[in-house]
Amino acid sequence: MEKGFNWMTGGPQGSGVDTAANIFGRACGYGGLYVYGRREYHSNIKGLHSYFHLRVSSNEVSANVNDVDMLASFDAETVVRHISEIVPNGGIIVDQNQLDTKILEIPTLPMEFKQIFQEFMKENGIGTLLADLLEYARDKGIHVFEVPYMELFKQIASKLGIGELNKVMRMINVLTIGISFGLLGYNIDLVEKAIKDIFGEKPKIVEMNLFALEIAYEYAKNNFSKEFNYRLPERVVNEERIFLSGNQAVAIGKILGGCRVQTYYPITPAADESEYIEAHEVLSTKIPDMEAGLLVLQTEDEIAAINMASGAALAGARASTSTSGPGFSLMVEGLSWAGNNEVPVVITYYQRGAPSTGLPTRHGQDDLRFAIHAGHGEFPRIVLASGDIRECFYDAINAFNYAERFQLPVIHLIDKALANSSQIFPIFDISGIKISRGEILGEKMLEGMEYKRFAFTDSGVSPRVLLGTKNGVHWYTGDEHNEYGHISEEPHNRTKMMEKRMKKLETVDKEVPISEKINFFGEPSAKNMIVSWGSTKGAIVEALNELSREGYSLGFLQVRMVHPLPREYVKEILEKAERIIDIEMNYSGQLGEIITEKTGILMDFQIVKYNGRPMTTTEVYNALKLVLDGKAPKRQVLTYGT
Amino acid sequence: MVLRWQDFKSDVFVDWCPGCGNYGILTALQMALAELALEPHQVVLVSGIGCSGKISHFVKVNGVHVLHGRTLPFAQGIKIANPDLEVIAIGGDGDGLGIGMGHFVNAGRRNMDITYLIHDNGVYGLTKGQASPTLKLGLKVKAMPRPNINEAVNPVIIALAAGYTFVARSYAYDTKHLKEIIKKAIQHKGLALVDILQPCPTYNNINTKEWYAGEDRIDPKTGKPTPRLYKLEEMGYDPVVHDLSEDFSKKLVAMEKAREWGDKIPVGVFYKNELIPTFQERITQRIPFYVENPPAKQKICDDAGSPITDVNVLFKELKVT
Repeated sequence: MEKGFNWMTGGPQGSGVDTAANIFGRACGYGGLYVYGRREYHSNIKGLHSYFHLRVSSNEVSANVNDVDMLASFDAETVVRHISEIVPNGGIIVDQNQLDTKILEIPTLPMEFKQIFQEFMKENGIGTLLADLLEYARDKGIHVFEVPYMELFKQIASKLGIGELNKVMRMINVLTIGISFGLLGYNIDLVEKAIKDIFGEKPKIVEMNLFALEIAYEYAKNNFSKEFNYRLPERVVNEERIFLSGNQAVAIGKILGGCRVQTYYPITPAADESEYIEAHEVLSTKIPDMEAGLLVLQTEDEIAAINMASGAALAGARASTSTSGPGFSLMVEGLSWAGNNEVPVVITYYQRGAPSTGLPTRHGQDDLRFAIHAGHGEFPRIVLASGDIRECFYDAINAFNYAERFQLPVIHLIDKALANSSQIFPIFDISGIKISRGEILGEKMLEGMEYKRFAFTDSGVSPRVLLGTKNGVHWYTGDEHNEYGHISEEPHNRTKMMEKRMKKLETVDKEVPISEKINFFGEPSAKNMIVSWGSTKGAIVEALNELSREGYSLGFLQVRMVHPLPREYVKEILEKAERIIDIEMNYSGQLGEIITEKTGILMDFQIVKYNGRPMTTTEVYNALKLVLDGKAPKRQVLTYGT
Repeated sequence: MVLRWQDFKSDVFVDWCPGCGNYGILTALQMALAELALEPHQVVLVSGIGCSGKISHFVKVNGVHVLHGRTLPFAQGIKIANPDLEVIAIGGDGDGLGIGMGHFVNAGRRNMDITYLIHDNGVYGLTKGQASPTLKLGLKVKAMPRPNINEAVNPVIIALAAGYTFVARSYAYDTKHLKEIIKKAIQHKGLALVDILQPCPTYNNINTKEWYAGEDRIDPKTGKPTPRLYKLEEMGYDPVVHDLSEDFSKKLVAMEKAREWGDKIPVGVFYKNELIPTFQERITQRIPFYVENPPAKQKICDDAGSPITDVNVLFKELKVT
């Protein structure tokens, strides 16, 4: 397994960690490298620890590994928190002025952490100061690069003629980037280009940051260059490539897919998507002199968000709302209305650690069953689960096509790990993308016709008329209704109407090709078959490739349409397997349970994780290997992460 | 073809109690639509849950019978997608001022060009007579086991505070007055509220038709009842904000008027201000072609189904080559 180079930067929230990662990632991108970066942060505005874990490789990567090769710290806490992740021969960039920090007196370290860390210090005979911890690191073969941050800031301030040191100290992120790239001997021009991208509209800031970069870069080269062996190679790549997050991928997918109304109530980790769209609300089209607009509306709550989106959909706009678990909980009644009224509305559901407020900024895939079952009564819906940032883009488009073709709510399940991670990809191929709006009747077609919004049909889908169409007055109601959309409590009608609606699940099953519902990796007839869904994909595929190279017989069934589950296909694949391994980011193994429910096939092994941090390739590889070697318990719980 | 109000009747049987105030509201609404020469397909009636919620099935215009308390979100969603539609939200006082109060207030902040009619009878009828948010403290209508322990809200005052730009009150049994007020509300540019006082003959045995008519208050001189309702327009009251500088003072006067209850209850237009930009106007500041090419009417793909949106600009921002 090519681990690549793993860079981590961390510091107090609000001190520029994100920007650092963005600059680092883009600089790598300009050098022809691929990057996967995971953002971790507290539910806090300023002060608590946040970090970015970036994996750099010459191949496309979509998961982290356990190791950190270089830790660029803003503060003492970052070193304390991540010391155990740094590999021998790796490096720590640390502020010289922090060496006297008393570890257990760092105010932002929580009690639970201190208890464990105290044990660790005792076991390893580490003294009370950060300097003692760094001594321990040196003993492990880790290079410690003590940098006098304050001296460098003073130097920068005096050369730029800036009186207030605070203004310069804000550039701590660029300072640590400069040191990092100096140590790596990377082409500074590429880093400068990245800095210009990020601060492009503010020439003064660009100038300051470029200067800080240069000072730090030179400092590292002059003082430490011989101590550190890692080098980042520059590669020549001809294809066009983009660096984007899951939030952005969904947003662009929606824009391209024809979404024209998006409602939302602020919630992590969904809100970034709506804000991105709002910032780009005026859209260009391929038709000369024609502009389009995607209207983003921040509502008073998620109840308004879902119902406004449904209203917009009835009027004929492709409409969606984005939320997370607590918001989706509020949307449930509206979802049931949309199901009953066959509304083509899309809900982008960014899962995070739950229940309740849970882990608002951390990862989890706890809500598969909730997404499938939410809402009183039985009604058809589609639930899609994207496995990586690229799939987020295509599924965002598919979601609208399904919603309008089959006239039902579509829930697009994403999660925090996809939303907030960023990755470099070859630019997405959009040449084959099609928009399918389903059957819509216009004014002419309706002439002389007695229109019935909910006419009984074989497929369960009735031709749609948009509100406002001449000759097409029609009705909707949350009550059970007759073909006209008027309230009906008649038993005969009820039976037929239930069957009409539910029939759509069969229609979906029949009409949507398996290639849009399942991704398969490895050998179809493998003895060992993995099942999973969502953002575990990256780590699993990589682990599978490695284990296959080692000679294990392994396949991976990634379920992308989790509802309606393509049960025949799943059954056929799983029946042949000797060992089925369910890998999920939740406590119960929810997909495994659903597969059992739908196919009668039991999961043999479970690999689960629910500590709020996504699975790494390393973890998945190790856990799978135990299973394949017959050494694993039925259930393994993964715990890596800080 | 000019439509008569009867042309706005649907084929659905009207199942309200005999003597219900809803009948007056239904007729007034149908008359208003006919007199404004609106075509049925241009109108969307978004109704809530409760007896009044069924009204969308009785009118021959597009009807969207939604969830309890959620008329305004649906109505606003429809309106933003297609601002050409005449959108009328309609529901009970429990629907709009109890479970839907959050939306009631927030709709005022947006001032979309829609109309909101509240059937205000002080009770939850369809669940058999519990107190609604407009029933006064201490009153006990007949099905309530105990007197009302909550204060009442005043929809007119809340609407004024929330930013509604047309606020009026009328009475279900004065069809002519109500029709005129509904017409004004529909024609108003901005968010219009009509609080419609309405007896519930089955469950509200206090604010009855006879009570509103003042049959308990016989004028000793004429021997006739003294009605409780009086019309603002007959008192020389001017609800219109002619200049933004008088907005706040006009609002205060309206609020003061709206507090009147008991022996003298004003109906009519309390406040009207067309100087506040509507939501549609605000959006047009940002998306200039919004009105001509609104979300519901935008072409999103060509005849072959290929998207017509160009996302290359977005990809360009993200490029690392």
